[in-house]
Amino acid sequence: MLDYFLQHILSFAIWLPILAGGLVLFTANDSKPNLTRWAALFGSVVSFLVTIPLYTHFNFADGGFQFQERFLWIMSFNIHYHLGADGIAIPLILLTSFTTVIVVISAWEVIEKRVAQYMASFLIMSGLMIGVFSALDAILYYVFWEAMLIPMFLVIGIWGGPNRVYATVKFFLYTLLGSLLMLVAFIYMFHQTGSFAITDYYQLPMPLNVQVLIFLAFFAAFAVKIPMWPVHTWLPDAHVEAPTGGSVVLAAIALKLGGYSFLRFAMPIAPDAAHHLSGFMIALSLIAIVYIALVALVQKDMKKLIAYSSISHMGFVTLGFFIFNNLGLEGAVVQMISHGFISAAMFLCVGVLYDRVHSRQIDAYGGVANTMPVFAAFAVLFAMANSGLPGTSGFVGEFMVILGAIQVNFWYAFLASFTLIFGAAYTLWMVKRVFYGEVANANVAALKDLNKREFLILAILAILVLALGVYPQPLTDMTNATVTQLLSHLANSKLPVGL
Amino acid sequence: MENIRYDLITALPEIILLGMAMLVLITDLFLKQSNRIAIYGLSQLGLLLAAYFTVTTHVPSVGYAFTGTFVDDTLADVLKLMIYLGTSLIFVYTRQYIQLRNMFRGEFYALVLFSVVGMMIMVSGQSMLTLYIGLELLSLSLYALVALDRDNHRATEAAMKYFVLGALASGMLLYGMSMIYGMTGSLNISDINHALMSGARIHSVLVLGLVFIVAGLAFKLGAVPFQMWVPDVYEGSPTAMTMLISSVPKLAAFAFVIRLLAQALPTLAIDWQQMLLIMAVLSIVLGNVTAIAQTNIKRMLAYSTISHVGFVLLGLMSASGNGYVSAMFYIASYVVMTLAGFGIILLLSRKGFEAENLSDLKGLNQRSPWIAFLMLIVMFSMAGVPPTLGFYAKFAVLQAALQAGFLWVVVFAVLMAVIGAFYYLRVIKLMYFDEPQDHSPITAPFDMRVILSINALALLALGLMPQGLMSICFYAISRSLS
Repeated sequence: MLDYFLQHILSFAIWLPILAGGLVLFTANDSKPNLTRWAALFGSVVSFLVTIPLYTHFNFADGGFQFQERFLWIMSFNIHYHLGADGIAIPLILLTSFTTVIVVISAWEVIEKRVAQYMASFLIMSGLMIGVFSALDAILYYVFWEAMLIPMFLVIGIWGGPNRVYATVKFFLYTLLGSLLMLVAFIYMFHQTGSFAITDYYQLPMPLNVQVLIFLAFFAAFAVKIPMWPVHTWLPDAHVEAPTGGSVVLAAIALKLGGYSFLRFAMPIAPDAAHHLSGFMIALSLIAIVYIALVALVQKDMKKLIAYSSISHMGFVTLGFFIFNNLGLEGAVVQMISHGFISAAMFLCVGVLYDRVHSRQIDAYGGVANTMPVFAAFAVLFAMANSGLPGTSGFVGEFMVILGAIQVNFWYAFLASFTLIFGAAYTLWMVKRVFYGEVANANVAALKDLNKREFLILAILAILVLALGVYPQPLTDMTNATVTQLLSHLANSKLPVGL
Repeated sequence: MENIRYDLITALPEIILLGMAMLVLITDLFLKQSNRIAIYGLSQLGLLLAAYFTVTTHVPSVGYAFTGTFVDDTLADVLKLMIYLGTSLIFVYTRQYIQLRNMFRGEFYALVLFSVVGMMIMVSGQSMLTLYIGLELLSLSLYALVALDRDNHRATEAAMKYFVLGALASGMLLYGMSMIYGMTGSLNISDINHALMSGARIHSVLVLGLVFIVAGLAFKLGAVPFQMWVPDVYEGSPTAMTMLISSVPKLAAFAFVIRLLAQALPTLAIDWQQMLLIMAVLSIVLGNVTAIAQTNIKRMLAYSTISHVGFVLLGLMSASGNGYVSAMFYIASYVVMTLAGFGIILLLSRKGFEAENLSDLKGLNQRSPWIAFLMLIVMFSMAGVPPTLGFYAKFAVLQAALQAGFLWVVVFAVLMAVIGAFYYLRVIKLMYFDEPQDHSPITAPFDMRVILSINALALLALGLMPQGLMSICFYAISRSLS
């Protein structure tokens, strides 16, 4: 029984939330929204518990794919239902199932219309994203990757702000364009290898010009998702219009899909192109880190500010990837997980204010700390973490990446470390304007502090942010073997012999 | 004597369906309006019997009848079964619609059955003349069907347009066939192929004939630059007829193209590949770009059909077994999607009200979440987003084109698919993000609701498990084309 479960654990992790979402959708009764909420919470908690053995039964010494499942799915094209996860994927899977619980709780009484559809969207999306993180067959991966767009499209479009239609259509089309080019790359490699197995692609020798084209096709898909400058413009729009839960999932998980996919596809499949284009990728990352941080500085809308801050932090992730050393890569993975917690918490904080005052503008607030002292304490903690204060998880990843970068080129590290200044500037300046000073207006004066539900989710996130900041070892132990293996794979050229 | 027996058995499904169409016409004379439902039952029974005999007379090998002018191979049998199934669904979906509009008469059912016989002959035609006769039987039935509602001015105009342009296309087709006949001395598909393979002919005359044949086919398929009739006819026809025109006849048209281009003229593949390539690219561009500007659903779906035809041509253009299988898979998927899409439009129409503007879909999620969900699946499937059937259709065609070496055409088609996604997303936006303008309850017969749900959910189910349909298409093509 337990063996059966462990052999198919990834399938359970994918299909349980999807099934739960379907059940919530079809058994829902609009007159009893509470029942729907409890059902969704139950589904998300069970789905989270199912993913825990991925950590407890993980073999830390093995850098390859574990918990594999494989059977033939579509014979005509040799497509397999092939799942497996390594030390980079599993932390992201856990992050996904955990975030879904947070999102369900955070929506509790906030979402009043069409509760079942809202909850079901997030549950289904959670399963699909775990599918992206664990698929080892290109088409299976692609199906999950694209299918995930559908619930997100609906979430932003139905429960979003006034300009939601523009934002959600832009989000969908941007992502679709990139991913279709990736599909063409998959098909090309299918005709070379006769298979859609990712591991077969890892072994496929290709001349440099082909590798560069394939790398660019992947780049189109993943750079949009991360997002990297200059294809980031959909993100601030989508974040501003999305409901709180949508923003949380977008920032905490959806962006990581892009980062993860660089490590799973673009770099190991086209390693020579990755080296060849690393200067270009590093330049884009540094632009994101420095320029986007400056853009964040001038934002008047809190969600937009956090959105730009996300882009800037994801710049660290891509920088860590393309300096090709252990510290950088591991730091990038830590940064992805840490950013998952911090950005989720930041968006939830904005959600707390928005639910009360219905404004995201910074100048609509002032002196919130006077009326909401507990909330202000949390918000300041997360702001500190966002600006990379030592002792919080935000520091660990950024510091590792900077250390890694300095081994490669002093100036990379120099430019990247600007983020510690700019990050502190835009985050703390926002905190100052929103939370400190005199009580600005009647709205702020009437604010009530956190209720138990809000306290619970922010407290859990605060503990995680601090724990990961003080003791990141459980995470780095997991990623260590995989990162080493990935780097040794990247060091080998895949150019055909004789060319 | 033995020969005649074999001929009749081979054509048994056609004969049965023809007999049933006659029976419908005669029975209709003696029925009161309240008993007309019997006609509906008879028509469904006819399709069922034809399906039964198609299955029971099926043999894996290829059989020729009527002195080689009629063929019974796996491709024909599979396509015929798809045609019966599609027509049967059309009967279910259109019943209430035509009842409410005074078209629930024997003529409707008889004409549809005649058109089905036409399609079957097209599918089984092994001589240019048989193919042409099948095509004309189909087309003439469709012209009459469009004009069935005599007092409807728009429908009459659409029928007129359809007839004039269709006749022109038939003329071109015949002209092209006559040139091929002149060069090869035969009308028989396999004889033409043998004649072309065995000796040098005047290439320029052959290509001239080919141009006319391809133009005629493109007219019937609705590919650019011969697409002008499609949007007008789709918009003007009563929705029930639009559903018929846009769905099952495409299966027959596919067989028609396979018989003429892949079986009779494979030696000219280099020439027709180029023509199909240009038409495919233009259809995908024009279909997707123009659909964005439409406010009428039927017109939008007309342009969407043009772009789908472009994708089918992209598969055919590969001129390989892989390409034909992918094109067949695409066209079968297209028919399932189109039937579900028009089924939902028919469901939203009621007495005195035609759901034909995009704004009629506004707020559908609040009026009926289930129907909105079904339409959501159809739209994502048409846009080619996984996990729906439409994704695998596009996937199959793109991989075939890429295998044939058309990398940049594939990249271009993919970019156009993104543009196409925009107008499908707009439909979803109207259903899910907008408030309803129209609060009238949606009424539909129980059987229609159930079958429509199955039809739309099939897009999802086949999207998760596409292997079955792929295998069917693979066997149909591989057993019939040598």
